[in-house]
Amino acid sequence: MSGARVSTTPWLLAAPGALLFAALVLVPLALTVVLSFHAYDVARGVQDEFTLAHYAAILSDSYFLNIFWRTLRLAALTTLICAVIGAPEAYVLSRMREPWRSIFLLAIIGPLLVSVVVRTFGWSMLLGPTGLVNDTFRGLGIGTVKILYTETAIVIALVHVMLPFMVIPVWTSLQKLDPMVEAAAWTLGASRFTALRRVVLPQVTMGLLSGSLVVFGLSASAFAIPALLGGRRLKMAATLVYDEYMHELNWPLGAAIAMLVLVINLVIMLAYQRVVEARAKRTLG
Amino acid sequence: MGFLTLEGLTRLYGDVAAVSDVSLSVAKGEFVSLLGPSGCGKTTTLQMIAGLVEPTSGRITLDGRDITHEKPDRRGLGIVFQSYALFPHMTVAQNVSFGLEMRRVARAEREARVRQALALVQLAALADRYPRQLSGGQRQRVAVARALVIDPPVLLLDEPLSNLDAKLREEMQFELRGIQQRVGTTTIMVTHDQGEALSMSDRVVVMEQGHIVQVDAPYRLYESPATSFISAFVGKMNRLSGVWRPGGVEIGGRLLPCNGAGLSEGAAAVLAIRPEKIGLKAPGAGVLDGRVKGRFFLGSAWFFTVETPAGLIGVSLPNAGEEPAREGDAVGLDWSSTSAKAAKPEGAQGA
Repeated sequence: MSGARVSTTPWLLAAPGALLFAALVLVPLALTVVLSFHAYDVARGVQDEFTLAHYAAILSDSYFLNIFWRTLRLAALTTLICAVIGAPEAYVLSRMREPWRSIFLLAIIGPLLVSVVVRTFGWSMLLGPTGLVNDTFRGLGIGTVKILYTETAIVIALVHVMLPFMVIPVWTSLQKLDPMVEAAAWTLGASRFTALRRVVLPQVTMGLLSGSLVVFGLSASAFAIPALLGGRRLKMAATLVYDEYMHELNWPLGAAIAMLVLVINLVIMLAYQRVVEARAKRTLG
Repeated sequence: MGFLTLEGLTRLYGDVAAVSDVSLSVAKGEFVSLLGPSGCGKTTTLQMIAGLVEPTSGRITLDGRDITHEKPDRRGLGIVFQSYALFPHMTVAQNVSFGLEMRRVARAEREARVRQALALVQLAALADRYPRQLSGGQRQRVAVARALVIDPPVLLLDEPLSNLDAKLREEMQFELRGIQQRVGTTTIMVTHDQGEALSMSDRVVVMEQGHIVQVDAPYRLYESPATSFISAFVGKMNRLSGVWRPGGVEIGGRLLPCNGAGLSEGAAAVLAIRPEKIGLKAPGAGVLDGRVKGRFFLGSAWFFTVETPAGLIGVSLPNAGEEPAREGDAVGLDWSSTSAKAAKPEGAQGA
């Protein structure tokens, strides 16, 4: 009797969350999958007819493949830059004293408190041909540089938003570190840099890897930033889906693109997750 | 000239002196303990020697070389941290090998020296384990091996035994001392445990509020503590207040025999005597009568608290295999005048 109760309790407790997840994520996803197999006619709209034509069209058209490739490339680049900036930033943060630590932590999380649209318009004002950045370049005699509506602009803005997702997990794993371990490395003859590389870094890899996972996932599916800073011609996966739905009105094609992006993202992230877990098992037990 | 010398070493945190004007000279091969309660500055002193804390003023020299402002990675000292600070992502052998890698020792020699160091601490069989797979005592041995493998001129031990349980702590005391004597490394240990300091060291440095109050061999420190603070901190001490008379301290009309240099007759005096210097006799046969209030069996010894006209007195007797006086028994306390010392009372300090 009590055994049965013990085994049902976890299910009952998990049920509300599971139902919510099923209703809000799984059902729309399933509908999208179904939609992606429907035929589409420009004159008559969505047809009740099964077809693989959309998937075939996407996979054979270099226009779409280029956009997928750009999406993955920019997401990977953003992740890399976030790691290179975020890890040292987290380390500096962990060595700060109060109240500075709280102040800087707030400054890092700050971007998340501002609406992504507002923040992105802010970047487009800064990076535009008459913006502050180009004013400075002209002042320095470099001349006007086209930044807005380039991949550079997208990456700059993505890094800005994604940085907290990298800093916080790395910072958390730094918190767990015995500060004396680094001192031990110094006393054994390691320079500051060597101690960081050989002793501190390996212990925060877990934070770095999980941060990378979040940043990559969010960057690859980002919408507002590529839409506003990439302009009409420079599309990423999410903006492409939007265009198919809202401009071309070809919902089945949009759904097929969305599904492909989801699958690609899933494959990359699951593979990455396996690497992370294997590593964690090896070093942390 | 000492091998390692500290001259007027001072460290201020704001206006507070964590360590003030500490001077010490340690001979080569010597084992010196810094003993004191928490916050007395002993750990800060050790960290200044290690190079992890910059002294506000003063000088540190090692073998004639001024190392006061040298970076920790240039000093080459071996340090065993209180938390052991092992590298959790490296195996035991990799931990021990780290210092040799930093010194660019060739692989073959490195492996030989790691093996040797692990044999020294009896961990040869666990070379491929990770620190998390080891017990507290084993981790500590790894920390010792890691510190010794680089042949440091000085070994610094920061409360090395404080994370071990009582039994293991006792074993490691003798083992650490044994290793130190075999290797012959000059060693400085920080501890708040007087037993550790007394049993392991050649000399003990007692610190209080950032100052050195006494530097002596463990035996002399125990027998002639310079201040009442030390007598209370190192071992137990009975302190009885009275008036100095020739031959002893008078308390409640009774003359208790003791030594008292430089006291004038009639002056207030405090008689200090260790519990183990007092013997139990039949009532009337000793220098002071009393009644047993409490009795505690400690295995190797009995400890009594005895109610007397001069106050509550602690008495420690070795366990001779028989049951001595019980609670409530009338007893006589006896001691020789050479085993008790009288001194002027100092301030309001209690013992």
